[in-house]
Amino acid sequence: MHEMGIVLQIIETARAAIPPQLQGIQVKALNLRIGKLTAVVPESLRFCFNIARQDTVLAGASLRIEEVPIEAACRDCGERSIIETPPFTCSRCGGGDLAILSGRELIVTSLELADP
Amino acid sequence: MEIKVVRKVLAVNEQMAAQNRQLFAEKGVFTLNLMSSPGSGKTMLLEKTLGRLLPRVPTGVIVGDICTTNDAVRLARSGAPVVQINTDAFGGDCHLAAHVVREAAEDLDLAAIDLLIIENVGNLVCPAEFDIGEDLRGVVLSVTEGEDKPLKYPLMFRVCNFALLNKIDLLPHLQFDKERAIANIRAINPGLPIFEISAQTEEGFAPWLAWLEERVREKQQTNRQPEETGNGR
Repeated sequence: MHEMGIVLQIIETARAAIPPQLQGIQVKALNLRIGKLTAVVPESLRFCFNIARQDTVLAGASLRIEEVPIEAACRDCGERSIIETPPFTCSRCGGGDLAILSGRELIVTSLELADP
Repeated sequence: MEIKVVRKVLAVNEQMAAQNRQLFAEKGVFTLNLMSSPGSGKTMLLEKTLGRLLPRVPTGVIVGDICTTNDAVRLARSGAPVVQINTDAFGGDCHLAAHVVREAAEDLDLAAIDLLIIENVGNLVCPAEFDIGEDLRGVVLSVTEGEDKPLKYPLMFRVCNFALLNKIDLLPHLQFDKERAIANIRAINPGLPIFEISAQTEEGFAPWLAWLEERVREKQQTNRQPEETGNGR
């Protein structure tokens, strides 16, 4: 629902990461990590990105999204499990006291620049 | 050529939220971020809550909506200072971001309040993602909604510190399976305190307000301690 705002932040983050001597060079690809417990829908993000990238150095950039699974550690038995769907319970003991280890990521990991 | 970035997209919001948290701590203000879907009864809940907390617990309110100042007008009748945020001025956002809360907080006399309640935009998706510098996050689920809301919006029910099950006065007229709704909340967040209330009749208000006041007092005590040891009072 707020994917456009997030896309604008992503584009700003990417632009700020390009060193001054390389400003103006087109970005070929943008790599993101998005956790599955993040309130971001990759399809909506792509849709918004295709609109927002126009007239920026990311105009020709492809968006590569690596989805990060929800991994949780059980505080009772220590088991680590990947959670595909609710409920959030331990796959070994069935307990519900879990620490979420991953799944909330929303990270620009790297950019690939075109050859100057 | 590859450029490593590894930067959180919401880093700017997180920094702003940290600054808000520091400001609220300096002013000794306990901050509650109240979230729910539209129509769950947040505003009436706040009207009744303010009626019972004031003047004992000086409370201010920031209320977020995409449009209209209707909620602020309703809440101001309680006598509490109220600041309305209309997010259409900020691009019609579906949530309150930390910088927007900051601007609104600057219109309040923070020194004069102990509790700041922020009524977020009615939405179970986006507000869950945005830290605004609050001490406590609460979600309101009303019994006129589906019992499976917690399963449909797991992030919201996971990030919150308590849940209010509102409109329980309507239960005799509905097919709502309260035990299933509570089980669904617990499936997402097992230890979550759940308070069953009716904003209409104020049934169930005493336990949840007592719990909230205790959180407010806890923060005041942790805030005062260093000051007391520092100046020998």
